[in-house]
Amino acid sequence: MAAETQMKISDEVAIEIVKMNKWYGAFHVLRDIDLTVYQGERIVIAGPSGSGKSTLIRCINALEEHQKGSIKVDGTLLSNDLKNIDKIRSEVGMVFQHFNLFPHLTILENCTLAPIWVRKIPKKEAEEIAMHFLTKVKIPEQADKYPGQLSGGQQQRVAIARSLCMRPRIMLFDEPTSALDPEMISEVLDTMIQLAEEGMTMICVTHEMGFARKVANRVIFMDQGQIVEQNEPEEFFNNPQSDRTKLFLSQILGH
Amino acid sequence: MSREQLSFVRSHMLPEAPPPTAETGAIKWLRENLFSSPANTLLTLVSAYVIFKIVMGAAPWFINGIWDSPSLTACREILGGKVGGCFAVLTERWNQLLFGFKYPPELYWRPTLAFVLLFVAVAPVLFIKYLPRKLLVFTGLYPFIAFWLIWGGPIATPVFALLGVLVGIFVYFRLLRTSAGVAVIAGFLAALVFWILSGYLKAPFDGFLAMEAVASRDMGGFMINLMLGVVCVSLSLPIGILLALGRQSSMPIIKWICVVFIEFIRGVPLITLLFVANVVLAYFLPPGTNFDLILRVIIMITMFSSAYIAEVIRGGLAALPRGQYEAADSLGLDYAQSMQLIILPQALKISIPGIVNVAVGLFKDTTLVSVISMFDIVGMIRGPILASPEWNGVYWEVFGFACVLFFITCYGISQYSQWLERQLQTDHR
Repeated sequence: MAAETQMKISDEVAIEIVKMNKWYGAFHVLRDIDLTVYQGERIVIAGPSGSGKSTLIRCINALEEHQKGSIKVDGTLLSNDLKNIDKIRSEVGMVFQHFNLFPHLTILENCTLAPIWVRKIPKKEAEEIAMHFLTKVKIPEQADKYPGQLSGGQQQRVAIARSLCMRPRIMLFDEPTSALDPEMISEVLDTMIQLAEEGMTMICVTHEMGFARKVANRVIFMDQGQIVEQNEPEEFFNNPQSDRTKLFLSQILGH
Repeated sequence: MSREQLSFVRSHMLPEAPPPTAETGAIKWLRENLFSSPANTLLTLVSAYVIFKIVMGAAPWFINGIWDSPSLTACREILGGKVGGCFAVLTERWNQLLFGFKYPPELYWRPTLAFVLLFVAVAPVLFIKYLPRKLLVFTGLYPFIAFWLIWGGPIATPVFALLGVLVGIFVYFRLLRTSAGVAVIAGFLAALVFWILSGYLKAPFDGFLAMEAVASRDMGGFMINLMLGVVCVSLSLPIGILLALGRQSSMPIIKWICVVFIEFIRGVPLITLLFVANVVLAYFLPPGTNFDLILRVIIMITMFSSAYIAEVIRGGLAALPRGQYEAADSLGLDYAQSMQLIILPQALKISIPGIVNVAVGLFKDTTLVSVISMFDIVGMIRGPILASPEWNGVYWEVFGFACVLFFITCYGISQYSQWLERQLQTDHR
């Protein structure tokens, strides 16, 4: 593909998915997914609900098992070996639609937990790192509160900071703004844009097409468990090739 | 109305204002809660009459109560036909009610001291946020101290038992790096081997710091209920957690062992298990082995309540959203870490009411041991006290006293658990 060479940001492969298939029982969710993500790339995955976008990124950090094909993250092959899985998970940060903060811990404890227990960083240092990232997502003053006391947008920014505290090489976003009030979407998107500008490798499942246009260097359109089309955002939005993509875009950009 | 009147632009935002000061006072409260309607007024009056009758009936029984008398007949003579309770049975048989009728009276101070130390040992666990963590060391030592105080004998017995535990813990931590499962099994085996070996090593120390030994069959009274309650609750909680986690395990063998254990134990009445402990278990043991009766009962009650607690905790685990598991996984926490740090703290918090329910039930069920001829407080009352010629016929006073003891304990547990739930509340709903 000629376009792909242009889209490349570096030659270093971050994620390599080859002929990956997944079934839920007899239901074929993901079909022959081939996807190579280079370090520093910002990829937006779009598509109708049930198209397998979330399942795809959840396979990357083994929250879902795939049954066929291979996934390599940072050179480590994803297998049933728990050590490999834990290694990959500590390199890959994930942000969920429903934030999934730990309600029994303070914001600061949410952020320091994994660095202390997984990375074995001393508590003092972990707290400094946490405050650094909380400052970056602009809520250092909430550090001693509990998640239940924060708004949705604030909680999602904490979730981003919590992932960043592990200093991941790749960030996965699973519809990070879908559960938010409209007023709070932009504060989360701003944080994500800032992250993208710093060169983080990101894969975002989102319906925010403005964000895709602005930040992504590649947009992937999925339908029925397959990658239907992928292109640079300009080309993708202005000159979609497949009929399915055209229909989807006309529906979500129609008004 | 014309169009101009409908349009509106707010020129300044309203400041936050306090709510109107509600009229308060006793009369308002009475009117609102007791006399708000004719039906309500009628109910209030009827209830007041019933309460009045009960108090008037019970008061003389308490006020005329006799606290000093050698027997029921003497007590009735003093009363001379008046209504009154013979509380003298409590003062006269006080020690029997608490310690049983065979515990050597000159040694009463030992279980009493163990009881006092119990509070010292339990406090750092119950109020972990407010007391220094170093006090937990005493909590760890307490079982051995209490054993020595209550049963007596050479100090070598609890010391070697403690050393065995320490050996097990040491082996566990040495092997933890390789695999948690191996470490648990190896630690357990190491402790077992140490205990068996120490059986031979112990003899020279038998005379050293030996207190007069008291046999299990000589113990009785409320002491037994407390011992069984405390030991069984504190053992069945960790076992229940393991069973609940085991039931959710993806490893089929572990899962089925837990399921079969829980379902079997829950399907059997406690009393049959106690009979098994008392009679049947002896058939399975090699002849001559002296397997302590209290220990057998502790094992049975612990098995019983841990099966219930496991199901309560399973409910708590099921109530957690899947996202909590996924978030813990996605951060790279391993199974043990995510359980210890994320899942169990939340699941246990949800399960507190259920766990307390089981604990209170268990504590009261310890009176069932009276049917296998152990003289706990109910066994003491029904046996030595009511059967004695002096106190034959005293029912209300002694059983009422037992009720009061159990009520104080259970109400205390319940109040603590509610306080704990408020402490752990972080969601600010």
